[in-house]
Amino acid sequence: MAKKEGLIVIDRELCKGCYLCIAACPNKLIIISDELNQMGYYPAEYTEADSRTGDRVCNGCATCALVCPDLAIEVYRE
Amino acid sequence: MSKKVLMRGSQAIGEAAVRAGCRFYAGYPITPQNELTEYMAEAMDGLNDGTFIQAESELAAINMVIGASMAGARAMTSSSSPGISLKQEGISFLAAQELPAVIVNTMRGGPGLGNIAPSQSDYFQATRGGGHGDYRTIVLAPASGQELADLTRTAFEYADKYRSPVLILGDGMMGQMMEPIVFPEPIDVRTFSPKSWILDGAKGRPSRIILSLLLNPPEQEDLNWRLARKYEIITREIPMSESYMTSDANMIVIAYGTAARIAKGAVKRVRELGLKVGLLRPITLWPFPNRPLKELSRHVREFLVFEMNMGQMIDDVKLALEGRGNVHFYGRPGGIISTPDEIAKTINSIYHRQHLEED
Amino acid sequence: MAKKIFQRPKYLKKAVFHYCPGCGHSILHRLVAEVLEELDIGERTIGIPPAGCAVLAYNYFDVDMGEAPHGRGAAVATGVKRTLPDRIVFSYQGDGDIAAIGTAETIHAANRGENITVIFVNNGCYGMTGGQMAPTTLIGQNSTTTPGGRDVKRDAAPIDLSEMLAIARGSVYIERTAISSPKNIRRTKRALTKAFKTQMAGLGFSLIEVLSPCPVNWKMSPVDAAKWIDDTMTQTFPLKVIKDEVGKLD
Repeated sequence: MAKKEGLIVIDRELCKGCYLCIAACPNKLIIISDELNQMGYYPAEYTEADSRTGDRVCNGCATCALVCPDLAIEVYRE
Repeated sequence: MSKKVLMRGSQAIGEAAVRAGCRFYAGYPITPQNELTEYMAEAMDGLNDGTFIQAESELAAINMVIGASMAGARAMTSSSSPGISLKQEGISFLAAQELPAVIVNTMRGGPGLGNIAPSQSDYFQATRGGGHGDYRTIVLAPASGQELADLTRTAFEYADKYRSPVLILGDGMMGQMMEPIVFPEPIDVRTFSPKSWILDGAKGRPSRIILSLLLNPPEQEDLNWRLARKYEIITREIPMSESYMTSDANMIVIAYGTAARIAKGAVKRVRELGLKVGLLRPITLWPFPNRPLKELSRHVREFLVFEMNMGQMIDDVKLALEGRGNVHFYGRPGGIISTPDEIAKTINSIYHRQHLEED
Repeated sequence: MAKKIFQRPKYLKKAVFHYCPGCGHSILHRLVAEVLEELDIGERTIGIPPAGCAVLAYNYFDVDMGEAPHGRGAAVATGVKRTLPDRIVFSYQGDGDIAAIGTAETIHAANRGENITVIFVNNGCYGMTGGQMAPTTLIGQNSTTTPGGRDVKRDAAPIDLSEMLAIARGSVYIERTAISSPKNIRRTKRALTKAFKTQMAGLGFSLIEVLSPCPVNWKMSPVDAAKWIDDTMTQTFPLKVIKDEVGKLD
């Protein structure tokens, strides 16, 4: 099955750790970071940081960005 | 060349406002100033760029004026004492947001609902801020039909120049009386230089904010300092008063607005009796004309403050005199209009009690 | 080549929102900014923020913004719009602002058919002051001033302001949406688009009520707060087009 390849970039310093993106991601590609950011939150973290891996699951649907209250997520699509 | 027209005071303010380029009026019916609201309804209707709104409340009216002022219009609202109380929130915002606007208060007897008779019950409210916060309002007190017209023009000019609300303080008598007036030529609003701070859409320039919330105390302090400096400039630049027969006087009556007209009649009467009495009539109530009073206090000992209330402006007179001279008071509150004879009698009794005839 | 398909809209400044984690305000700010950009009206828009959490909206929107006293948004917007009829004017107001202290201004602006767009954020509480009862607090809902839950006899029932405004003769488009799920967020944006188009076409008063999460004052996680909107809040405030005299707009 041909798949649109996507990628997200989470700005960990903008994230306030509401985790709405984690609930929204249909492919469960976002987790909670175990490192605090400058504001004192554990930010959300994208699990496919390497954009060169061929087997990416993210299809760039942007649902995570849609529900993010803090504009912390940028979405890229091939 | 403008010619003399006979016009009611309230309407004269309206006509002068339109000629000053006022293009936005919002108001709410309240006696005794409805003639002004009605005049503006008709006048704005006759202009293709004028807006009149009969608002649902005094609050809405002043807030519409805030909006119109933000958008750059010369804007006005008017009311009478209880209605002005309701507008105070908006006046405080106008001061904080440094927005120009003209507010007309046709004072009536109070407190509470009071009555609709001419009174000067709102001097404190007008000159002490009225609303919440650390601010001042320019207050103009006309005493004739001509002055209603002239000071309305001045009010709009000061409002724009100082980016501040300006209050015109009158009463039902000023509003109802008919006097011949020569109006200043109308200003073409297209000739106004564009205001650099208005909200008209950030096209080709950075977006602008007009606000009054300054959660950070140093920012609030900055605003308060800026306002204070502005008030200092205003206090230096605009105090206005009329001196009548003061040069040889050994007693001075101080009164403004309607009370000053009555007091002038009284001064004329006692002059006929040979009493050397003059009148000082403040035209700006804030800033108060301290200097002429201070100068008079060099050779005058007795001062009589006459107000149509129980003594409000007298505080400013005492502050201006800084302890010099004796300050007497005569007042009739509740919408009672004194006669010149009544004031003349009061002057006479003080004059003789203080043995001024021997001066 | 990867293409950026989701980024900060043009009319939002590059500022960190002061809103609490999971707050709906910033999502709504973004949607409004996106709509202004898509309709290409940002350079002729004037926004009127309220008193309340969203008072600081002027720090985020990169359009002209003029703050109104508490509840007076519709009156201030009226003054701006009547003075500059070819500009786009919106007020952004919370439930306490619009449905308690500013009820009169709102109803009369709607009744006059002022050609403005009102964005009414309903989160069922006074957020900025710490979670007191709002006119829209649900029956039984806890707040700091209804500690045992809102009681109809003591505290009155929640007010259906949007339905009341629909009765006003001058209102033309009123819809209630929510910020609670991707679907509802998209629906909110569609409603906002239509509201601004209504104003652009000069058709009259439009208002979008948005049920918006306040996780901190509701004492819920952001995810639970969103779910609570869908499961509970919409029982009292159903999501629907309440009035549409506009029809389809291009």
